[in-house]
Amino acid sequence: MDKQKLAVGKEVKSATAITVRFAGDSGDGMQLTGDQFTDTAALMGNDFATLPDYPAEIRAPVGTLPGVSSFQIQFSDSIIFTPGDLADVLVAMNPAALRVNLTNIKKDGMIIVNESVFTEASLVKAGWKANPLDDDTLKDYRVLRVPLSVLTKNALKDLPLKLTEVERCKNFFALGIMFWLYDRDRDHTVEWVRKKFAKRPEIVEANITALKAGYTFADVSEAMPIQFHIKRAKLEAGVYRKITGNEATAIGLVAACNLANKTLFYGSYPITPASNILHELARHKNFGVKTFQAEDEIAACGAAVGASFGGEVGMTGTSGPGLCLKSEMINLAIMAELPLVVVNVQRGGPSTGMPTKTEQADLLQVLFGRNGESPIAVVAPITPADCFLMAIEAVRIAIEYMTPVVLLSDGNIANAAEPWQLPEIEALPKIKVTHPTNSDGPFMPYTRDPKTLARPWAKPGTPGLEHRIGGLAKADITGNVSYDPENNQKMINLRAKKIRRIADSIPELTVDGPAKGKLLVLGWGGTYGPLYQARTELESQGIKISHAQLKYLNPFPKNLGSILGNFEKVLIPELNMGQLLMLIRYHFPGVNAVGMHKVQGHPFKVTEVVEHIRSVL
Amino acid sequence: MSSIDTKKIPFTKNDFVSGQEIRWCPGCGDYAILATMQRTLAKFDIKRENHVFISGIGCSSRFPYYMNTYGFHTVHGRAPTIASGLRCVNPDLSIWVITGDGDGLSIGGNHLLHCMRRNMNLNILLVNNRTYGLTKGQYSPTSEMGKVTKSSPMGSIDHPINALCVALASEATFVARTLDNDPIHMSETFKRAMDHKGTSFVEVYQNCNIFNDKAFVPVTGRDNRDDRMIYLEDGKPLIYGKEKNRGIRLVGMKPEIVDIDNQELDQLPVILMSHNEKTADPSYAYMLTQMDHPEMPVPFGVFRALERPTYDDLLNGQVKTAIKKLGPGDLKKLIHGDNTWTVN
Repeated sequence: MDKQKLAVGKEVKSATAITVRFAGDSGDGMQLTGDQFTDTAALMGNDFATLPDYPAEIRAPVGTLPGVSSFQIQFSDSIIFTPGDLADVLVAMNPAALRVNLTNIKKDGMIIVNESVFTEASLVKAGWKANPLDDDTLKDYRVLRVPLSVLTKNALKDLPLKLTEVERCKNFFALGIMFWLYDRDRDHTVEWVRKKFAKRPEIVEANITALKAGYTFADVSEAMPIQFHIKRAKLEAGVYRKITGNEATAIGLVAACNLANKTLFYGSYPITPASNILHELARHKNFGVKTFQAEDEIAACGAAVGASFGGEVGMTGTSGPGLCLKSEMINLAIMAELPLVVVNVQRGGPSTGMPTKTEQADLLQVLFGRNGESPIAVVAPITPADCFLMAIEAVRIAIEYMTPVVLLSDGNIANAAEPWQLPEIEALPKIKVTHPTNSDGPFMPYTRDPKTLARPWAKPGTPGLEHRIGGLAKADITGNVSYDPENNQKMINLRAKKIRRIADSIPELTVDGPAKGKLLVLGWGGTYGPLYQARTELESQGIKISHAQLKYLNPFPKNLGSILGNFEKVLIPELNMGQLLMLIRYHFPGVNAVGMHKVQGHPFKVTEVVEHIRSVL
Repeated sequence: MSSIDTKKIPFTKNDFVSGQEIRWCPGCGDYAILATMQRTLAKFDIKRENHVFISGIGCSSRFPYYMNTYGFHTVHGRAPTIASGLRCVNPDLSIWVITGDGDGLSIGGNHLLHCMRRNMNLNILLVNNRTYGLTKGQYSPTSEMGKVTKSSPMGSIDHPINALCVALASEATFVARTLDNDPIHMSETFKRAMDHKGTSFVEVYQNCNIFNDKAFVPVTGRDNRDDRMIYLEDGKPLIYGKEKNRGIRLVGMKPEIVDIDNQELDQLPVILMSHNEKTADPSYAYMLTQMDHPEMPVPFGVFRALERPTYDDLLNGQVKTAIKKLGPGDLKKLIHGDNTWTVN
């Protein structure tokens, strides 16, 4: 589309980082609108991070507070890792969306409301006693009242569409306004609409018309005197794509099995927010991927263990409550010493908790939530794109050490998107797999590799290696059932030692900021973004602190203790009530460790971390 | 199940005996089942390394340790899940799931049902002794109402479940019953199960001589068996009795015993029900499962044997189709996805 000339009387200003929040009813298409805005930011060279925020209910009653679905994006001309604390602009498609999101917008921020639906009935539904557009409720904000529904209807009046179809285009009108405000290129979205609705040309036309009408509306509106321009970010040279954590996890698992020349078997039972890993994997059957939608969480894990017993890579994915159900099966894999990858996309708990909200409160569960002494390897990706590499790591460790590995993702990074600089295939780690093919004398399934302590992975179907394994205590070497007291002690020691040996194969922990000093902020997994930005924010204020983010939770990187020893105080912010804190205090009793806890279903805001750090300095 | 190895290897029972010490109680019916299984495998051309036995928890679930094949003693009730995963990644193995009335019908009921409805190509042997043996004698899901055990001192108030009804309701394609004191019938049934492609479900009446001794004797005891058991034979009329003088006919929807002493032989197929394993309507096989002692003779043999595509074949078929349609997976394409941009 040709670049349109700005209307008379308009001014262009440049901005460095902008946060936009789209909010509406679950049926208003806010996630889709946010995705389009994100794709465009990506293609225009900005760095970005997103925060989809939607209810667990598929369609809560229209216009109610629980039905509000939001999507926040920060896009910038510099490197960023968070979706922004508070929005510069809130697009509120109805009174409920406005009410739910008033705490998410900056003072003096702009609110664009769909005035058409601020009727008495919908105000009551959203719990407004009076119309907030008419009193001083919004006096701290710049409010732009746009009759979105009416304008959309007018723009589409000549098209042969049902009223409900017209109504559904209003998000594109709103998107058009935002595209003008931030001087966005519309081509990508136009192309996307053409492809998406290829079979329904009238819908294609309607959406494109609504988009353009919104753009033009903003261009001529006197209420929008300024258009902002955000330059390209100085990202490292390379090829990029937009990726969410769950997409990166799925692609990483496929890549790992490809590198290992193994069949990927993924057993899963649908559960929020892990289901789209199953969906993504199911699309890649041409890689030999076998997905199995099991009857329950236990079966999903059991089938994965069966696949691993068969000599392929068994994996399962779930979220908190599902992980509880898998515990016994994971323990079988620990006892049978078979590779198994368990993806746990953590969500708000306990019990069913808050399915669509994020949390990091399963760390102690994955480490200790099984009967007996059952150490397990645990890794945690730190950003959406990092899920790719950590998924490969999980598979590598599982195969090299013949052990289950838990990949601890979370609801936030699972659904959040960021630009991903694509790796060269040749640079990806190779995963070496060996299966014994013969045996001098009877096969001994519990002999061990001297370096990794892994037992041999003998595939059923291999002549001469017939053997029996199971959950009963095993005799060393032979693997026969044994209740011998000394042997039991030995085997438990060996399995623990094997997990500790993994530390030989993982990278050392790195520190951002001074290597020694007053304060180290130690995070793990998905909180990397806000912690990174809190450190740089403080640095810009002249306060130097350090930050390290753990990706390996069991075993820890070998240099963790010496790093911790270099600081007077260690602050451990977590989206739980102090789980890593408990581990650090146990493993490193001399360290002055303090916690920062939040279990509200949302990631940390940069400002709250900055304030907390200031308070402990 | 199709034969895997075409090169004839004459096996003997001993080829399938593992060196492990057997830990079942002396006199347990499991010994006969184990020996019969070992003898049955010797009749096939399938190499030892291509057999896998997978079990859950319980007395019968120790089975894999005693077979000189690949074996996996897994989690209570979950053997069908592990077997399903294995089957999905390896089409060449012959897989037996060994379970019991508690393991399969109680804690693992869900998996049993889903394995059968998917028609995974594997065999399930459910060893039914109507008690919890390994935990020392509590009532099981197949125990009769009123049964007095340590956990039911005033008598069980749990209505029992019929294993074959579960199999039929799950649309299993092969459903059979046999008994531990008839090795010939047992072996023939195991063989039929292995020859069948899809989930083969076999219930075996087994005596737990410690906690539920002689539970099946009223039906299968030497003195009574001819008059209280009926062997199903495909295409043949339902006849039983020491003198082969009784048959089953259908009156409305109900089976009924008829005296056939005075009937002409060629009239029998007209009067009596003829057994047809391939009856697609499950109500026929279901009706057979309802024949129980003391009102009716108890049927043994193959109740149902139908052909239906197996889950594993369909899964492998989808992989093949995807490769044909999209070409073999290209890692670079996968990583790049549909939309990329370049930063210089």
